[in-house]
Amino acid sequence: MKKSKLPDPFAAARQTTGLGKMDDQNDPVTMVLGLKDVRKCAHAWKAFQSGATPGRIVVPSEVAIRTTRQIPFEVDPPEHKDYRNLVEPWFKRPLEEEYSAILSQQINDIVDEVLTKDSVEVVEGFSLRLQSRALTLLLNTPFEEAETWISWGTHVFRSHGNDLDGDKANILYDYIDKRITQAIKNPSNDLYSMLLQAEKDGKKLTREEVKGVMILTFAGGRDTVINAVTNSIAYFAEHPKSLEQLKESPEMVNNAVEELIRYFSPLTHMGRVATQDTQVCEHAIKADSRISLCWASANRDERTFENPNEVILDRKVNPHVAFGFGTHNCLGATHARQIMRTLLTTLPKKVKSIDILEYKENIEELGEFKRKVGYDNLTVQFNKK
Amino acid sequence: MAKITFITRDNETIELEGTSGSVMQLAVDNNVAGIDGDCGGVCSCATCHVHVAPEHQAKTGEATEIETDMLELNDYANEQSRLCCQMEISEELDGIVLQVAESD
Repeated sequence: MKKSKLPDPFAAARQTTGLGKMDDQNDPVTMVLGLKDVRKCAHAWKAFQSGATPGRIVVPSEVAIRTTRQIPFEVDPPEHKDYRNLVEPWFKRPLEEEYSAILSQQINDIVDEVLTKDSVEVVEGFSLRLQSRALTLLLNTPFEEAETWISWGTHVFRSHGNDLDGDKANILYDYIDKRITQAIKNPSNDLYSMLLQAEKDGKKLTREEVKGVMILTFAGGRDTVINAVTNSIAYFAEHPKSLEQLKESPEMVNNAVEELIRYFSPLTHMGRVATQDTQVCEHAIKADSRISLCWASANRDERTFENPNEVILDRKVNPHVAFGFGTHNCLGATHARQIMRTLLTTLPKKVKSIDILEYKENIEELGEFKRKVGYDNLTVQFNKK
Repeated sequence: MAKITFITRDNETIELEGTSGSVMQLAVDNNVAGIDGDCGGVCSCATCHVHVAPEHQAKTGEATEIETDMLELNDYANEQSRLCCQMEISEELDGIVLQVAESD
């Protein structure tokens, strides 16, 4: 019963200094670990900005491989609000009936498909495909586009053994450039066309701004969703009774989704850049240095969560920060939640049990910490009801 | 059965009736503007923030510590603040008036 566990490597540091340290390409990061401190720093956008050099608030930093500013993610208030208002209604579409019906069909189909196979490598063979197909809905782009995205592999920036792969990033940037050009020539009902029509301060968004939203949409929801889905499969493999429970009590699905997302925290942390000399947990933070808001640690904070290292699928009060906190909370959260809710509704209807055949954990190296965030590969057999 | 009145940010008054479930779910099911309930009611998103009229606070009770912590950094929170996903519908709530709080 431990293949699906995600240990909390931050507990000791969280309980003592409340901080962790890691280097990242000679631009060190002070990791903020406690839930309340993480919330405070996320709220203090003037002292800890997102609108730094593009790529710098991401850990590992993407400064070396990206010049386009991701929007609205790397913009601070008040400008942030203008961008966010432009895109927010589009990113709430997953709540619409037609959207969730198609998503449900997609997930039904892929579950049916894996049930016919003797073994499935979940990361590439299930999660990446599920994520890519669902992304065609979010972009409102033809279903066939998913095949191109699947062919890029699991991480658009990372290839095996190389955390920051400039060549791979260029595949994505070139692809987005082409699609923007296409949408300029032949506007449709997709996200590119919507953004090209959108106005801020009475002016149409520039090509670079459109690109910034699109890069965010592709990059932000890729390995996060893949990890959430893959970790869920591993969890249900070791907890077949939970599948039964969800089938009998579908009203539990929402709580279960929030709990799995808290426990998995698919995005370990997100950085900010200090705009002035300041302090966190009585520790000096120098102007122009980086901190990170460690969602994964905050979500195991024993001062707020009872039995934080246990998955309690019907946990009722669950003030987790897996989708961030405050102004910059996750734009794709509605889409991600809808994927997880649909998955947790579909699996229990069709799947009796899941056997783990082989796996290799994906361990992040974060200075003094090593954190399991998911799997490099996970081979399973899905067994029919 | 409890009658619950929402006043939206645009000052629209919406009167609803409910028997069970959370006040947030009642509002979401009836499209009360400004109550999103993104997290489905686990007190993680604060998109169901309301102000309880002072004369009705005895009925709703005070916010829990988890709610207070969530709202501590919210510029629009005050002593009348509640996250209405944490309010269960019951006869006791009959007649309450909830003002949908502002948000950033």
